[in-house]
Amino acid sequence: MSAATTDKAGEHFPDQRPDRELTYAEALVEAIAELMKDDPDFFVIGSYVLGLGPMRALFDQVRREYPMRVLDPPTAEIGFTGFGIGAAMNGLHVMVDLSTASFIFEAFPQVANEAANASYMSGGRLAVPIVFHFLHGLRGGGAAQHSHSPQAMLWNTPGLQIIMPSSPADVRGLLPAAIKSGNPTVFVDHSKLMPIKGIVSVSPKEIPLGVAEIKRSGSDVTVVATSYSVQQALPACDELASEGIEIELVDPRTVVPLDRRTILDSVSKTGRLVIVDETHRSCGVASEIAAIVSEEILEALKVPIIRVTVPDVPVPFSPVLERELDTTPERIAAAVRTQMMRKQLSRP
Amino acid sequence: MLPNLGKTDLVELLRKMLLVRRWEERLIRLAEEGPSFGHYHVYVGQETIGIPALAALRPTDLIFPTHRNHGYLLGRGADPGRLLAEILGKETGLNKGKAGTLHASAPELGIPHTSAIVGGIVPIAAGAALAAQVKGSDQVSVALFGDGATEEGVTFEALNIASLWKVPVIFLCENNTEEALGAAAGGYPKSVTAANDLGNIARSVGVPAVVVDGTDSGAVFTAMKVAAERARASGGPTFVEARVVRWPGSNPLWPELIAGETELRYAWEPEAAPELLIRWYRNQDGLLRYLREMLSASLLEKDEAKEIDSEIIQHVEAAVRFARESAYPPPESAYLDVFARPSQ
Ligand SMILES: Cc1ncc(C[n+]2csc(CCOP(=O)(O)OP(=O)(O)O)c2C)c(N)n1
Ligand SMILES: [Mg+2]
Repeated sequence: MSAATTDKAGEHFPDQRPDRELTYAEALVEAIAELMKDDPDFFVIGSYVLGLGPMRALFDQVRREYPMRVLDPPTAEIGFTGFGIGAAMNGLHVMVDLSTASFIFEAFPQVANEAANASYMSGGRLAVPIVFHFLHGLRGGGAAQHSHSPQAMLWNTPGLQIIMPSSPADVRGLLPAAIKSGNPTVFVDHSKLMPIKGIVSVSPKEIPLGVAEIKRSGSDVTVVATSYSVQQALPACDELASEGIEIELVDPRTVVPLDRRTILDSVSKTGRLVIVDETHRSCGVASEIAAIVSEEILEALKVPIIRVTVPDVPVPFSPVLERELDTTPERIAAAVRTQMMRKQLSRP
Repeated sequence: MLPNLGKTDLVELLRKMLLVRRWEERLIRLAEEGPSFGHYHVYVGQETIGIPALAALRPTDLIFPTHRNHGYLLGRGADPGRLLAEILGKETGLNKGKAGTLHASAPELGIPHTSAIVGGIVPIAAGAALAAQVKGSDQVSVALFGDGATEEGVTFEALNIASLWKVPVIFLCENNTEEALGAAAGGYPKSVTAANDLGNIARSVGVPAVVVDGTDSGAVFTAMKVAAERARASGGPTFVEARVVRWPGSNPLWPELIAGETELRYAWEPEAAPELLIRWYRNQDGLLRYLREMLSASLLEKDEAKEIDSEIIQHVEAAVRFARESAYPPPESAYLDVFARPSQ
């Protein structure tokens, strides 16, 4: 699907067509289709890569074109996840789709205790090129058993790369990079990202893992956000800009590996940090980023860090209760305003 | 065949089945109107499994449902308005808006917990049976699950332990996969198992298994009675598989009233049914079969049936009004109930 053309001498001519606007779901499907086309060893195990929403039918194209390489497993997460891991140990490049993130709990022993340990236990001799894909977070009515964001638990499991795209361009560039990395990788998607539109290059390139993107530059407050929270932070940035507050929005895009440099440089510049993430507050993604900043550049902070996260409460069903826990643009903006109003830390 | 019960009880079962049918149909209409209450599952077409199964149990017996739980809650007597309010996320809901459709439960009615995780409920129901055994009560516990749960390893583990420890549990598997579309065809997931007889999974670990036609209310009732007696007599677990053809409205990923609401006259005038569902109403809908059996045994007249139905429709409308008029819970209540016994 790569749009670059090659002449007889093998020289590359960049595609001259303009970049397009794609939805996140379209970009994800395009990335999967490209992997299918370019890599005969690439397999998808799982049926609901795009979730249960109206965009799910887009995946049918991949099913139709590559029926032998899209496997519909039984509802047997621990079994089919283990199959994916074993297949990856023996030459296949596998994307295991667990659909709703909560279902990875059914597969935890295989992910956390087998895949994550395999390279280390072999003394670095065994590569396991597998991606565990799921849709995390508050999805509207998912309630307690279908709204998890297990990436922080998985981050506490050495041996797993963790990728959290937030835009069509990012998912397009990060999925191929994840598959080609050769390492077990947790690929964290969000059903609310699926309809989001964005510009995607007509000849997309892989995005290297461990490279954050500054989604907005600004000098007043650094906001680090991941996954769908980035989309929630963007309107907050607009609103705050109209109040004269300039946000620097940093999207790590991958947390393992983590681009510490970009985060630390931004906070060194602004002196203020708000971290927005949909994992629960305690031991969440935001906790780790806050700890890193505190350890490395505490003296750069003008005011204490604020975390905007989902409180330590199972996700309730009622829309009113779900909204109360959400990392909404309003909560993000309020946290930023608090930081601007707070008295600066005085140091001896 | 009708369950081996007297006329009053049989009419009561019909009322309950009709309540489930009408309430679920109304729920689909509410989902169409919006706002969305998330992904949900209806019990249409399986009424002749759940309602006779409940009738075969004692009120003190415990039942543990799945994502397809509405029929059991209504069948055990949960208030239709409060169940609906739960699904609309209202404060008056059975679980104060914390559960929604997927997790609605009613501990006071012997439904301690509903799991929407496929297979998740099976060992829990068996564990509740262990407690009954240890306490020496004559309580029976029932694990309710779909054919899909037999694909999960945890179901096998639960069967094995239940067999080893001879706990008083019934594994009631509602196999609705027949004529299902499956995910590959863009529909609801269809079970994918190499076991062409699900009971063999149970038999392999010494749990006796029976298969019944899920549209045959009498067969379901008897199988459950026998299983419950066996459990109470310390005979250990039983696996009951009740087979139905999936209601076509549950074939898409989201339920649809593909040919409108059920009309009772389809029971005696099957040709009046909409083309799309004519076969289903004629041969595969347990509820209409039950009604036909009541009529032909002269236990009920058509007019009486219609009267019961319109009473139930009004009852459901009252439930809708109650749920709609109920307030949403205060947002701060999101932080309550994490622990039933708060530590501070
Ligand atoms: C562990 C887990 N995996 C996947 C799902 C998604 N899911 C919801 S219902 C369902 C199919 C269940 O089929 P079955 O158990 O036969 O019940 P039915 O809905 O047919 O009554 C699936 C796969 C889930 N809820 N839990
Ligand atoms: Mg089923």
